Amino acid sequence: MAERTPSPAGVARLPVDGAPAQRRTGPFRTARDRRRYRLVVAALAVVGLASTAGILLWGNEAEPGSRAFWLIAQMRVGSLAVIALVALCHAFATVSFHTATGNRIITPSIMGFEALYIAVQTTVVFLLGAAGVSAATGVGPFLGQALLMVAAATALYSWLLSRPYGNVHLMLLVGVVLGGGLGALSGFLQRLLDPNAFDVLSARLFGNISNARTEYVLVAAPIVLAACLALWLRGRRMDVIALGRDVAVNAGLGHRRELMVTLLLVSVLMAVTTALVGPMTFLGFLVATLAYSLVETSSHRRLLPVAALAGYAVLALAYFVLRHVFYAGGAVTVVIELVGGIVFLVVVMRKGRL
Amino acid sequence: MIELRGVTKRHSDEVCIGPVDLTIPAGGITALVGPNGAGKSTVLTMVGRLQDADEGRIEVAGRDVTRTPSREIAKTLSILRQENHFITRLTVRQLVAFGRYPHTRGRLTLEDERYVSEAIDFLNLGPYETRYLDQLSGGQRQRAYVAMVLAQDTEYVLLDEPLNNLDMQHSVQMMRQLRRAADELGRTVVIVMHDINFAAHYADHIVAMGDGRVVETGSPAHIMRPDVLERIFKTPVDVVDGPQGPLAVYY
Repeated sequence: MAERTPSPAGVARLPVDGAPAQRRTGPFRTARDRRRYRLVVAALAVVGLASTAGILLWGNEAEPGSRAFWLIAQMRVGSLAVIALVALCHAFATVSFHTATGNRIITPSIMGFEALYIAVQTTVVFLLGAAGVSAATGVGPFLGQALLMVAAATALYSWLLSRPYGNVHLMLLVGVVLGGGLGALSGFLQRLLDPNAFDVLSARLFGNISNARTEYVLVAAPIVLAACLALWLRGRRMDVIALGRDVAVNAGLGHRRELMVTLLLVSVLMAVTTALVGPMTFLGFLVATLAYSLVETSSHRRLLPVAALAGYAVLALAYFVLRHVFYAGGAVTVVIELVGGIVFLVVVMRKGRL
Repeated sequence: MIELRGVTKRHSDEVCIGPVDLTIPAGGITALVGPNGAGKSTVLTMVGRLQDADEGRIEVAGRDVTRTPSREIAKTLSILRQENHFITRLTVRQLVAFGRYPHTRGRLTLEDERYVSEAIDFLNLGPYETRYLDQLSGGQRQRAYVAMVLAQDTEYVLLDEPLNNLDMQHSVQMMRQLRRAADELGRTVVIVMHDINFAAHYADHIVAMGDGRVVETGSPAHIMRPDVLERIFKTPVDVVDGPQGPLAVYY
């Protein structure tokens, strides 16, 4: 019954002190689950690649191979890079957030990233008018906004978690309340805007792949890749953290410190993606839930890449179908939010608890 | 040896545990008994550094638990509480393998696998090792967690009410397995438990607590006397001679 793992140079075949040989611990329960994992990765990769090819080539009127053809394709590569970054951010941030909070049914945006983004955007438009939007573009404001979100989130949880009775749920509750307050403030400011300015603003308040500018991608990519790598390397620690505080401390981990580091990385990812394309509440939840249900493992080093691949496949497919087939590129987020929201409701109903 | 000197924990102005001065000898099973709210679990979790003491010093095997790096402590002491939120998609073997984490940081060698297999077999979980935790009964899951702390291969094993939610049969099995862990594997086992008769039968030493302080310590023979038990539990207790030693009757 024990899972058999091929080991380097057949070491496992040596009998070990009476214990039956080849009783090994692996990330999967059975060989079947391992095959299933590979199949899921392959299937998601195929969907992702097909959508990529579709986005690059579909409706490209220029003669294949000509200079014009490559120019058009190149312009579309930018969108693909944004899709990849957004997928990475939401997938890694959400799965890690679920583990850190011990709750698989919330999204990191609960920490108020979106509310803060909306408040900043609204304030800029309110103070500077529609022209202010162009003043608030560029790498500087992009980084500034991301930094502001990271700082706010870090301040929130380092304050709440370091108090004697501080816990994750209190932190989440305060995040929700602060987010609500910021949202109300933004709503009030929006009421005072003139219709033109409001129109410009509302286009930015819905997540949109085309919100991102190429120069942002070059700045965001190294940050996102570094944060994702850091989270992946912490995968084994997160496997222990998932078992709860007591087990983690027993295993010799500084639980509070681990939580802080994980949440810091999560807030970096969420801040970058929100500053890049705007809020996408349910994307992370959708892809994390997809990963949990597609793959039979609790190993973070296996789960994280699958969630990211699922994110890329879902986003790229939606982008391709809506933009290139139906010419409704702006609706990508709307559709993702709709699908994600429905998945969210189904999961809540099926599990029957939060 | 576990030594507590002047250990105090203030939950609020009215509720205060300690100061506790206590020496738990190395080897054998020590049972912490006492009425609800006596501070048994608080003392155990402070020794296991799951909670910080407000005052005082706790040493395990000569090392201060709050000053020594947690990872080093994890190689000499393991602690298990009764409520663990288990996650789905985790097999018994994967859970037990987490006991090796302090030694390996998650990269299991063949030797680690041997420890894991031995711990699983020790608690008779062999047939279940590839089951997910949510496919087990409460008692089996409890045993899986105990197997995890045994696989950690620590000299000291602290267990907070391991008999909770276990029926008669599984309670007896659990205590026999812990007895074997003490006798055959040479572990020092410290258990918080409620049933004084279980404690008297299986433990080598009993520490009785009440109102946040140590009321009485000694061998089961010393504790199992009507006047001592009455003082500890604040309820009339008769002690009768049972077929396997003294029995406290208090119904």
